[in-house]
Amino acid sequence: MKKNILFILLIFIFITESYPQIQRFPKPDFESGYTQPGPVKTYPRSVSWEYVDVAVLLIALFLSSYFALKKRSRKYIFSLMIFSLIYFGFFRKGCVCAIGSIQNISLAFFDKTYVVPLVVIAFFTLPLIFALFFGRTFCAGVCPLGAIQDLVILKPQKQSNRLNHVLGLIPYLYLGLAVLFAATGAEFLICRYDPFIGFFRFGFNQNMFIFSTAVLLLGVFIARPYCRFLCPYGVLLKWASVLSKRHVTITPDECIQCHLCADSCPFDAINTPTPERYPGEPDKGKRQLILLLLLLPLMIVTGGWAFSKLSVPLSRNHYIVKVAEQIRLEDTGQTTITTEFSEAFRGTGMPTAELYNRAALVQSRFKTGSWILGAFLAVVIMSKLINLTLWRRRLDYEPDKGACLSCGRCFKYCPKEHERLLELKGVSLLE
Amino acid sequence: MPEDKSPKYHDRRSFIKNGLNTTAALALGGIAGFTITRSTKGDMVWQIDPDKCIQCEKCAINCVLYPSAVKCVHAYAMCGYCKLCGGYHQPGTKRLDTAAESQLCPTNAIKRTFVENPYFEYTIDEKLCIGCAKCVKGCGSFGNGSLFLQVRHDICVNCNECNIALNCPADAWVRVPADNPYLFRGEVRESPTATSESGDV
Ligand code: SF4
Ligand code: SF4
Ligand code: SF4
Ligand code: SF4
Repeated sequence: MKKNILFILLIFIFITESYPQIQRFPKPDFESGYTQPGPVKTYPRSVSWEYVDVAVLLIALFLSSYFALKKRSRKYIFSLMIFSLIYFGFFRKGCVCAIGSIQNISLAFFDKTYVVPLVVIAFFTLPLIFALFFGRTFCAGVCPLGAIQDLVILKPQKQSNRLNHVLGLIPYLYLGLAVLFAATGAEFLICRYDPFIGFFRFGFNQNMFIFSTAVLLLGVFIARPYCRFLCPYGVLLKWASVLSKRHVTITPDECIQCHLCADSCPFDAINTPTPERYPGEPDKGKRQLILLLLLLPLMIVTGGWAFSKLSVPLSRNHYIVKVAEQIRLEDTGQTTITTEFSEAFRGTGMPTAELYNRAALVQSRFKTGSWILGAFLAVVIMSKLINLTLWRRRLDYEPDKGACLSCGRCFKYCPKEHERLLELKGVSLLE
Repeated sequence: MPEDKSPKYHDRRSFIKNGLNTTAALALGGIAGFTITRSTKGDMVWQIDPDKCIQCEKCAINCVLYPSAVKCVHAYAMCGYCKLCGGYHQPGTKRLDTAAESQLCPTNAIKRTFVENPYFEYTIDEKLCIGCAKCVKGCGSFGNGSLFLQVRHDICVNCNECNIALNCPADAWVRVPADNPYLFRGEVRESPTATSESGDV
């Protein structure tokens, strides 16, 4: 064993050392006593900062949950949100965030050579753990992307329920693609299309800046568009939040069905009481449910099949496949124009056969991955439909546990909340 | 539906929900546990493998920062201290002087100082360098290849996905440990754990 390691190390040193470095001109013998400057190395901020970040994240999650569930104060949540925007957004410049960490985690699963920093694992798991206990309090006061969108909600418009349901499917697709691309080592999709990194970095990268501004402008009318219709981490948080042990409530007490809070949520996350059913009304839902359940396996196979057809174009996002396709075009005489990619590849001296083998491996991974992605999306859509046919009796106005971001905007619309606040101030209502 | 309100119904629902909650927590723990086996206490940062770089000039334009966090670095130990420097002078220039128009660098970031006859020292002013790799190409094709690009980690904000790595035609970008973040030319590499951008395939 030890011998093996030594051998590998030796080979390694040999390879890196023997790399052809063209010494065209001999090293001069200086006579004037000139001393050669050494190489200058500058280092990134020390790792202890990373641990500070995790500590801040943990404290912010605690506070956010406390402010939303116990203290019930929009003002406190808002202040925390501003702090998070400044700290995680502008000070830490956005990376690594919980949303992007999905990709590092996926890559770590499928690529043995990739080492993932502990901090990234913490950023991935902590918000989800909190969501399992208290709902999406991460979205309320900690996520910098949510915060920057929250600030511009000026004229939120209500969308139809149907539109919300349809647009709400996009994050699942985005999540699926992001995991597929990360797991195959192609690229980190979420980071590439992160709409706000341009602001956080003040990078003056024009395209990014235009994109960021566009999303923010949209956010004036559609509250938190990224959160609701794109964010892939939001999907995971939604799942966790639906199962959460405790969750924000609109009323501190019992709902009196006064309807006052009904339109208070800019995210359309308040579920209204279901209308009474007439006795003897036929239950159409049951038949639909059975039909949908029977359709489910068929949909899974169809989805998987359809997406596996897409695997070839999808795999072109992987470096190796991109290069291999170009080389094949050149070698079969289909093109005479070389690209930087093919020139770089030829410079490495790697045999083309090896390149093709690698590309085939990547493509086969994409094939399996796309199949799973298609099946996953089929399950998502079918569950959504099944969920819509299930009739659940609801008597009160309550936040939808999946969609509610725990922002606390609705609190002040509840008359019971006003009673609670007055009582806190010591005003007795009985007088 | 009066049976919906029965305590039994609610018990069953909350039982299922609690079960799922615990399952989700366990799954999350599993994910965390597994990834911890492939984790490192420190951070990973981006670096350029200078042996793979083909000096395509994308490093200057694709960084999210402007000017780019990529700078030209000089391995003095490899330098020939040439009077006519392939990295400093415009190819074909007649005047081997320090006039701006005879320089290759678009920002005049390379300083040329006389050491002793016939040797000249070349120093990169990294404040001016934009990482365009023009000099790297010049030195590589006409000189000893002692100039090369590196990510400067006091500048780089360590994007989770480096925008240059994403567009690099030579797949020259690797993730390296933050406490040993350089791949200098002419130095023995100490970080064989560096992971390539496109994974292990
Ligand atoms: S939905 Fe996503 S972007 Fe929005 S606050 Fe939550 S985690 Fe952040
Ligand atoms: S806390 Fe209230 S206002 Fe805020 S997202 Fe939830 S339901 Fe909507
Ligand atoms: S993008 Fe890649 S090949 Fe181009 S200059 Fe930068 S490291 Fe070199
Ligand atoms: S990680 Fe970001 S800041 Fe650093 S070189 Fe790449 S793009 Fe520039």
